[in-house]
Amino acid sequence: MSVSFLISQAKSVQKVIDENSAEIEVLDQKIGDGDHIFNIQRGLKLVVELEDSIKDLPLAKALNMIAMKVLSGIGGSSGALFGTFFMTMAKSPDLDKDVDFNKACEMIISGIKAMKERGKADVGEKTMMDVLIPVSEKLNELKNENEFKSGLNEVIKIAEERMLSTKDMLATKGRASFLGERAKGHIDPGARSSQLIIDTICKSVINN
Amino acid sequence: MKKFINNNDDFLKESLTGFGKAHSDIINVNLDPSFVSRKNKTKNGKVSLISGGGSGHEPMHGGFVGHGMLDAACPGFVFSAPTPDQMQAAAEHVDSGAGVLFIVKNYSGDIMNFQMGAEMYSGKNDSIVTNDDVAVEDSTFTTGRRGVAATVLVEKIVGSLAENGGSLEECKKLGEKVNKNAGTMGVAFTSCTVPAAGKPTFDIGDDEMEFGVGIHGEPGRKREKIQASKTIVGNILEAILDNLKPEKNEKNLLFVNGMGGTPLTELYLVYEDACQILQSKGVQVTKSLVGNYCTSLEMQGASITLLKCDDEILKHWDSPVHTAAMRWGM
Repeated sequence: MSVSFLISQAKSVQKVIDENSAEIEVLDQKIGDGDHIFNIQRGLKLVVELEDSIKDLPLAKALNMIAMKVLSGIGGSSGALFGTFFMTMAKSPDLDKDVDFNKACEMIISGIKAMKERGKADVGEKTMMDVLIPVSEKLNELKNENEFKSGLNEVIKIAEERMLSTKDMLATKGRASFLGERAKGHIDPGARSSQLIIDTICKSVINN
Repeated sequence: MKKFINNNDDFLKESLTGFGKAHSDIINVNLDPSFVSRKNKTKNGKVSLISGGGSGHEPMHGGFVGHGMLDAACPGFVFSAPTPDQMQAAAEHVDSGAGVLFIVKNYSGDIMNFQMGAEMYSGKNDSIVTNDDVAVEDSTFTTGRRGVAATVLVEKIVGSLAENGGSLEECKKLGEKVNKNAGTMGVAFTSCTVPAAGKPTFDIGDDEMEFGVGIHGEPGRKREKIQASKTIVGNILEAILDNLKPEKNEKNLLFVNGMGGTPLTELYLVYEDACQILQSKGVQVTKSLVGNYCTSLEMQGASITLLKCDDEILKHWDSPVHTAAMRWGM
């Protein structure tokens, strides 16, 4: 993981999110207030615009600047959660040394753990954590493997399955017994956007 | 979408700037990070109250900054929680050393961002979370009940205690009492349109209403055919009374809040219906508030809040207040 990797990933993710924005917006309007996609798009735009100011910085500093930008520029739950994610990654030890696959996995795992604590949400609650927590668990299995590319294909599959699984969630978790039946049948918009992000990044790592 | 708008990116900034100019006698508007604060510095020893939330609920919260109410308010984008740097900057700006009490509506995004803001602020601070909406136990955005119109009452009543020298602990305690003594439920006839989205948040038939709606147009208890006002008001009050169970001799404040698109004429009619129904059930109404205070953009609809009042609450309700949206006694 390097600063140029972060910038190129942000650009690829921005493209994919933009292509799927109409779908995510509709999902959020079905069960929410429709702001999720705008927050994600605004956040990606801000990060991509940071390119010139972070490209020559050390990784820890660049991650910190991304964290502060995301935290102050997005708002809503997404801003707090993704801000927490980058802030935690920025605090990882030994970022001045080479960040290999193993190290990158550890950073992402600790970032997702911090998001889980910040949002106090676990698997089964129809949120982005339904995708991120299983992905983090899989990365934990993969991190020490030399041949990780086939493993990343599994990560892509897990993210997709877990994203789809949010469709029928709700009533089981006791959340919104009134709303339950009506929210059922819709994929969680945060789970969908997170899955798209993971899908994009994994594919780009596999293809390089 | 038909709105007064120049371009989406400047929507909030332009509105806030106008708000600042229109009320320059009592407040200042700071941009980047955005917060509204009182024109006069917080007096020494006075606890500072800071609230905030997504925009689109005006006059909440910026309209409640001023003597006897808030010291600062942090507006987020429309229906999106404000960011931690706003809360930190507002706290640093207003705190006179007596500490800061954050008043937060129970929505996941608000809770997380206020928590981070509180962690980033080095001064003494504490928070209270409002959750007065009796419509749903958990919504798409909350764990637990949503914080809605009673937040206005919390801000007024705690604001008075802070103005009169209450400590941070005392302010928190009173805020929690007001929140616990209050119950709210709303109904919507039409959707609202978030400017960035450009189209209505939800579809609703000409003859339908959303019963138990949240303040962002998020779903409530059920979709129903529209009924006579007395029936709607009766159903709302039933849900609130089930929850609050006021005693016969207890005094109550009845708050009819417009969602933004319903004329005052109708809100007063709702107030009259509510008074009659409450009287028939032996529930005493001693204080009143009617108007658009906690809105959802241009949504047509209203919420009703009942607050059980003891002498402490009554005293702080009546005390002088001077803000853009609420003023009496001075």
